[in-house]
Amino acid sequence: MANFTVGIVVFPGSNCDRDVAWALEACLDIKTKFLWHESSDLNDIDSIVLPGGFSYGDYLRCGAIARFSPLINALYDFVKSGRRVLGICNGFQILTESGFLPGALVANKNLNFICDDVELNVITSKGGWFQKIDEKQNIKLPIAHGEGRYHCDKDTLKRLIDNDLIALKYKTNPNGSTSDIAGITNEKGNVLGLMPHPERACDESIGGIDGLYTLKSLITQ
Amino acid sequence: MDQFEVKVYVRLRPSVLDPAGEAIKSASSKLGVQGITSLRIGKMIEVKIEGNEEKIVKEKIGLLCDRLFANTVIEDYEYSIKKI
Repeated sequence: MANFTVGIVVFPGSNCDRDVAWALEACLDIKTKFLWHESSDLNDIDSIVLPGGFSYGDYLRCGAIARFSPLINALYDFVKSGRRVLGICNGFQILTESGFLPGALVANKNLNFICDDVELNVITSKGGWFQKIDEKQNIKLPIAHGEGRYHCDKDTLKRLIDNDLIALKYKTNPNGSTSDIAGITNEKGNVLGLMPHPERACDESIGGIDGLYTLKSLITQ
Repeated sequence: MDQFEVKVYVRLRPSVLDPAGEAIKSASSKLGVQGITSLRIGKMIEVKIEGNEEKIVKEKIGLLCDRLFANTVIEDYEYSIKKI
């Protein structure tokens, strides 16, 4: 996998792009390349991370303006080709606004910006984003968001459940998300959006390594 | 070419909880105003746009509302338009 390259998209206002690069390069020895949002050449990119932050200042709605960038336009073909896309926090918001994933992320129920470690249940094995150790696998990842309450209508929730698209659920719902949802995948499994930050859980010295597997899975085909 | 003034109102759908609206409702009662049964926050976007025909302008505004101003998964919109 020496030449495998993970593209990390940088929007004006992204602030977890360097954290993701550190986690991939320093912790996993995976080559990365920063992709400015105005570029649309993804030919030498094998997987993509949409990192956390406040793209375009979260103006209008989180992720609403980022969806019109040239890079996101190029992402439709990228996803169709089966290559993997991971949207973390603001990246998840961009994936829902762009229609890659259903539903939307809205203001936390208690209006607080929540910055905490949370226990999560891994629900699906679709896409192989999480290590499946047993039937009720628990992982712990940090969250840091003000608008992370996943919302979808009943029909969408049924579709998520019926097609096994719910990736992660909070053990204790911190933000009022529908059905405790913390992350979902698309039907093919090659797109994952999640509010927790795996890149902040890649070294024991900063509190845990439960995020490593998900980032490492960017290089599985 | 005519100039139109459009006011777009974007609101959270009734099924979507509006915690900020709830907080303001609570503050309203602390101000001493009783009897508020519902308070929800929306956005109002003012647009001035040129065009020869109101029908064409409305099509443009409809596109903006559907694709940009509102996320129809969680929001509804309506707008008023007048020639200025």
